[in-house]
Amino acid sequence: MSPRITLAVARRVLAQLRHDHRTLALLLFMPAFFMALLWWMFEESTGPEFDRFAPALLAIFPFFVMFLVTSVTTLRERSSGTLERLLAMPTGRLDLLSGYALAFGLMAALQSVIAVTTSVYLLDLDVAGPVWMLVVVAVVDAVLGSSLGLFLSAFARTEFQAVQFMPAVVTPQVLLCGLFVPREELPSVLREISDLLPLSYAVDAITLVSTTTSEALGGVDADIWADLAVVLGFALAGLVLGAATLRRRTA
Amino acid sequence: MTAPGIEVADLHVVRGGVRAVDGATLTVPYGQVTGLLGPSGCGKTSLMRSLVGVQIVASGSVTLGGLPAGDPALRSRIGYVTQAPSVYDDLTVEENLRFFARVLGLDGDEVDRCIAAVELDDHRTRMAGRLSGGQLSRVSLAVALLGSPEFLVLDEPTVGLDPVLRRDLWQMFHSLADGGAAVLVSSHVMDEAERCDRLLLMRSGRILADDTPAGLLERTGQQSVEHAFLSLVDTAGEERA
Repeated sequence: MSPRITLAVARRVLAQLRHDHRTLALLLFMPAFFMALLWWMFEESTGPEFDRFAPALLAIFPFFVMFLVTSVTTLRERSSGTLERLLAMPTGRLDLLSGYALAFGLMAALQSVIAVTTSVYLLDLDVAGPVWMLVVVAVVDAVLGSSLGLFLSAFARTEFQAVQFMPAVVTPQVLLCGLFVPREELPSVLREISDLLPLSYAVDAITLVSTTTSEALGGVDADIWADLAVVLGFALAGLVLGAATLRRRTA
Repeated sequence: MTAPGIEVADLHVVRGGVRAVDGATLTVPYGQVTGLLGPSGCGKTSLMRSLVGVQIVASGSVTLGGLPAGDPALRSRIGYVTQAPSVYDDLTVEENLRFFARVLGLDGDEVDRCIAAVELDDHRTRMAGRLSGGQLSRVSLAVALLGSPEFLVLDEPTVGLDPVLRRDLWQMFHSLADGGAAVLVSSHVMDEAERCDRLLLMRSGRILADDTPAGLLERTGQQSVEHAFLSLVDTAGEERA
């Protein structure tokens, strides 16, 4: 591991984004825009629907946006020959992946700050716990999305295939994460499957933050940290598996 | 530099079920420009990938300065240019160079030197994706020059470039070799042969000749490298028949 190379990769990824204004705008503002749309959908209703759906979506958006962006970026690196060049240089595989995770984690932090600020201060989302914790959960979700995107991009030969992976990997997690049906009310088999999917823990964490208060340090309950630790564990596993798919020597 | 540059002994590479390199033995000495010439698909790229250490080889040995290809200690000592320009389209020329320089732990002076070496000073703030094909391959070449590597492995770096620039690049390859580097340049254009100190002629994964241009012409009794190549192919065919 070399911090110099990790930072070089992160700076490069951010420089590429800086040149691509359209992607940058989509990355930063799309989730906030969807939160506003969600709020508008429920404008006529009197119940707490917005408060019920919004936290889960704050967890899901960064996950799937970063999944897509990272898998396409990595695939481009593989197909353009720059990956081969980097691996012929003193670049460690984890240097490369941590550089990506760092850059996309930073973008995710900005994206989440904008989405959370919009939801809480403009759209009056009710949050029982500390608001900053929503951002923390969202950033961890984004890192999870990046790491799974990195890993799965190894199995895509073309960008077209990479885009197809998104519904395949993301949709089941979104359906089973408790957004549509609370997880405890799912049929037992589905309930068990949802226990194996990382996004379930992310949504559990963000739901706990928005619905409960706690006397614990910083107002964050230990259950929330436990959920987050599971998500982070999946993210790290994805990075390590992703590193294993980067081969210096190929046929 | 007592070890003799790049040494390849009985190298076999299988790519996509085809014997891409079929028992190649050759030497690329320090201080010279060695040309690897042969038609498209003859195994030049597989051979070069093996030298750089990114190719899975079936058998044989490849050493650079006495170290086996792919040794971590070699990674900052090889400059490698692939056929496709391996740079980022969505970064400027300067940003591309700066990134790879950071990876190699080099400073900004080295970036300036390499941009100047490929004559891209006027284009340093342009996006790589907006450059012409020839300019783009020069960016890729500039990256390979970072840190003045001891081994330069250049896969068709002059294809599609204008004659003046091609001449200038060959002069640069020679000045790098004069500085002590082992330079291997591939081409499918036989008329580039006369610019090399040594020639490797390759066909169907085999090395047909490893000689100086003059030595090759003398041995085959031909006037041009193209004719020498043809006569070697005929001889090889008769021997096998």
